[in-house]
Amino acid sequence: METLTFRHTTTKPLGGTTSQAITGVVASGNLEVLLERILAPDSCEIAIETPINGFGDVWEAVVADFVARAQPGGLRISINDGGARPDTVSLRLLQGARLMEA
Amino acid sequence: MALPDPNAVSWYEATARQRLSAFLDAGTFVEFLGPAERRMSPHLPLFDLPRAFDDGIVTGRGTLDGKPVLIAAQEGRFMGGAFGEVHGGKLVGLLRAALDVKPDAVLILLDTGGVRLQEANAGETAIAETMRAIVDARAAGVPVIGLIGGRSGCYGGGGLIAGTCSRLAVSESGRISVSGPEVIETNKGAEEFDSRDRALVWRTMGGKHRRLIGGADAYVDDSVSAFRAAALDLIGHAPAFDLATLDAEQARLESRLVRFGDCRDATEIWARLGVNDPDAIPSMTTAAFAETVAGVTEASHDAR
Amino acid sequence: MTLAEILASLFPDGHSVVVENGLVTGGGSLDGHPLHVVGIDGTTPLGVDEALTLSAAVLEAIRAGDRAPILVAIDSDSQRMSRRDELLGLNECLAHLAKSLLLANHSGHPTIGLIYGHSAAGAFIATALATRVLAALPGAHPSVMDLPSVARVTKLPLDKLEDMAKSTPVFAPGLDNMVATGAVHVVLDPGKPLDGQIRNLIGNLPQGDHRDRLGRERGGRPAAQDVAARVAEQARGA
Repeated sequence: METLTFRHTTTKPLGGTTSQAITGVVASGNLEVLLERILAPDSCEIAIETPINGFGDVWEAVVADFVARAQPGGLRISINDGGARPDTVSLRLLQGARLMEA
Repeated sequence: MALPDPNAVSWYEATARQRLSAFLDAGTFVEFLGPAERRMSPHLPLFDLPRAFDDGIVTGRGTLDGKPVLIAAQEGRFMGGAFGEVHGGKLVGLLRAALDVKPDAVLILLDTGGVRLQEANAGETAIAETMRAIVDARAAGVPVIGLIGGRSGCYGGGGLIAGTCSRLAVSESGRISVSGPEVIETNKGAEEFDSRDRALVWRTMGGKHRRLIGGADAYVDDSVSAFRAAALDLIGHAPAFDLATLDAEQARLESRLVRFGDCRDATEIWARLGVNDPDAIPSMTTAAFAETVAGVTEASHDAR
Repeated sequence: MTLAEILASLFPDGHSVVVENGLVTGGGSLDGHPLHVVGIDGTTPLGVDEALTLSAAVLEAIRAGDRAPILVAIDSDSQRMSRRDELLGLNECLAHLAKSLLLANHSGHPTIGLIYGHSAAGAFIATALATRVLAALPGAHPSVMDLPSVARVTKLPLDKLEDMAKSTPVFAPGLDNMVATGAVHVVLDPGKPLDGQIRNLIGNLPQGDHRDRLGRERGGRPAAQDVAARVAEQARGA
């Protein structure tokens, strides 16, 4: 298992008022994403637990891309990974952000 | 947030959380020990396995057509929905609370391969605790309804839990059995059970067979709305947990062994139950199957 | 201990217990009060036929209305793994046996499990684990699944599992681990007469299900009790 944590500063908080959401399932090729609106409005933290070691730079890139697109200020995002591909990770992160914007 | 249309949501394809949100009255679900509390398995990291925030089971309360219920849904895609220590503890706690809360029913959306082998002793013991808690709830007059139609079916100790419930609703994919096909094949050989023969698996363990022999009380389409309608109906017709019920179950099961004990295949049993064209059962529509079931005396009873 | 030795130690004045096709039924007198005995001997698998024979004996004891204790003596295989048993609804038959034992307890019969040999998986749940209190004799070896099978399913090397089993009671087969998890309440002393030890158990039956508390105290199930309590607490809070 490998634990990765990324912290970002955003230009704005994520819209909406939902305080918490979860999407996805921990299964082969899939992941679950838990989002909690508990940080300062310009901060975002993404913590990942993954059974596949050695892909830190791929995660870093996927997370940076998501932060740039969604501007998820205020969110702590926690991921349990089941070995998902980067495109699945991106999809779940954006799904999660949409749930929080509701 | 727009809720999904329960008519359109496949029970088999949905996650545990999707099933719950479409199954209960909109907006009524309140989760207990939810994912943000992060009560994850203390054991899976020893095996280098990923954990889930809810350990593969969602527990909470809500209403069903206005009736207050306690409810648990297993996530069949995480570790095969199997019982680990935390997973089992959540279900046990929910059932124990039913004695005080006195809901109209406890609903268990079973989707499980049985015991999680990485936590085998904890899972096995939790299954025994679950069965005791179900019996305690039933004895106190709270119906416990099992709903089975997920990817992982209902195997191992999950099958025993199903047999302890007041009532069961099952869909075609809702396989119920103790030993799974692969377990039988591994231990007794492919001549005894060819686990790759999917038609054999469905005939022997699938929802239609269980419904016909009286192992389940309702057979439903693979949709959340169908399970919801069945659950509402079954809550109103739960047998008591007493000596009369178990005496009747003893007689029912003994009679089954006498009548069908020499059958090699489910189709032989269906023929003896009076089904005109047993070979047509697997491909039958739900409506046609309901008509067939209506003609089978053994299928419907209060002996559970 | 063998079943014969157990019965001799339990009923010094004789008993009516018989073993037929591996199934144990009958009874005896403990301190002048009746004690029913049901069970499974000779590492016999528990299939649909066996389960219904045992449940019939349990229901008959309930019908007698004497509230006499029921001893469930266990040396079984796992559930019988066969196409016929599953076809005929093994899950219903095993659950029915467990429910019969649980009903007996609800009806005032103390139920005491005694595992003196093997038991596994569904057979263990339907018999020993459905009693109010479960005792074991040294040498008993309950399990969920043997380590080679665990290795096959988990795809972990057997030697690694054997190594882990030494320090991790939660998954490894064996009596000590089932004691640690709280499933087995107590290990009896085969050097002392069993009648007194069983009488003692009957006199001090736990009220409610305390297996998760035992599991926490003994370290084999560190989380279960707290998790169940937390969920129950949240469920009770309106």
